Amino acid sequence: MLKALCCIIQRDLRLTFRRRGECVMPLFFLVIVSSLFPMALGSDPKLLAQLAPAIIWVGVVLSLLMSLDRLFRSDAQAGILEQFVLSPYPLSLLMLGKSVAHGLVMGVPLLLLAPVLCLLLQGSFESLGVLWLSLVLGIPTLSLTGSVGAALTIGLREGGALLAIIILPLMIPIVIFGASAVTAANQGISYDSELLLLGALLLLAVVLGPVAISAALRASVTCV
Amino acid sequence: MRVMDVFHRLGSPKYCYQILGYCLPWVSLLCAGLMVYGVFGGLFLAPPDYQQGDGFRMIYIHVPAAFLSLMIYGIIFVSSVIYVVWHIKLADAVAKSSALLGATYTVIALFSGALWGKPMWGTWWIWDARLTSELILLFLYVGYMGLRSAIPNPKRAAQACAILAIVGMMDIPIIHFSVDWWATLHQGATLAKFAKPSIAPEMLYPLLAMIAGFGLFYAVIVSIRVRGDIIIGAGKIP
Repeated sequence: MLKALCCIIQRDLRLTFRRRGECVMPLFFLVIVSSLFPMALGSDPKLLAQLAPAIIWVGVVLSLLMSLDRLFRSDAQAGILEQFVLSPYPLSLLMLGKSVAHGLVMGVPLLLLAPVLCLLLQGSFESLGVLWLSLVLGIPTLSLTGSVGAALTIGLREGGALLAIIILPLMIPIVIFGASAVTAANQGISYDSELLLLGALLLLAVVLGPVAISAALRASVTCV
Repeated sequence: MRVMDVFHRLGSPKYCYQILGYCLPWVSLLCAGLMVYGVFGGLFLAPPDYQQGDGFRMIYIHVPAAFLSLMIYGIIFVSSVIYVVWHIKLADAVAKSSALLGATYTVIALFSGALWGKPMWGTWWIWDARLTSELILLFLYVGYMGLRSAIPNPKRAAQACAILAIVGMMDIPIIHFSVDWWATLHQGATLAKFAKPSIAPEMLYPLLAMIAGFGLFYAVIVSIRVRGDIIIGAGKIP
């Protein structure tokens, strides 16, 4: 069981590594979106510093959405999804593996990018640790929630836009807690409760997410 | 035993079609009667509110719409669970026909709230917890309908939408809690604390009639659409 999980994670990491170009796109997207804000808002450092957590968090969500659109695409084209459904291992376990790989592939570069964006947006360096922590707790939850939507929209023509409409409302709590943790840290207030709630959501997502993803995948693959 | 029996028979499209056919005229009549009494009572019988004047009469539209918008999502959730567990096609038909009405009630609740808010609060919109939750509920409905219309295969659409509805229902308490928490953090829930004054009976009865009327209107429309679905599924009138 554990071996199957590791295999899936390894496979997905290897596949993304071989197509590095594709997974860089959402990161550049994030950088560009974040630098659009100063252009629209003006370069007032105080205003930007106040908005920085919100901008970074919204940007992270959007770039994750962008990458989720591709989560199942190549597997669906190659017919691997049917093999997943047929395999003797529980489908939810395999889906957990795919989500972990996606979280690693997107999460690690996003964590590396966060300080740069923080600098760009004049955010304070003191709050960087909290930003990191909130992203570490939030990105896996976002990835698991988003995978449900990605599994539901496999192979649909309007995939990308539809995915956003389906999944963004479900991601609202994570954005609220994530951004307000950083804002609280900026204002010097306690931010424990936000991080604890993010952690609780993460645990909930790890338990229920794979079940929902595998149910969604089964619906998309087997209903013909 | 008997309960399960009724349940099984309701699941059969033919029986369901007939039952709905018998009930529809009576339910429609009851619905129309309740609505007429509710509108008349709300506009003329109920005295103006001592603080809000005639503006309070918006509740006769607003409260039923807001109440039903959430309840219909609950109905979609229950029928989705029934569909996922027992694969009863009628449950999916109910969920499918409910979504549009639920979204419509949500829009009505939002707009009537805005119309009431302008003279009472001095603003069309405020990012208060309840308003924000209602707006997110609208997003959930839109996503549900979008997914439904994007999947050409009806079987896959039914299964996928059922899963989305179940996931959405799991998320609603979390969303509600987070939004509540966010609103109190950012601006203090002055409006949510609005203590509900005890309401005079001549104000209350039309309101209850309107809630029942809105609910029955939903039931009538869903019944008509489910009957239509049964005809399409069978290829003939059963």
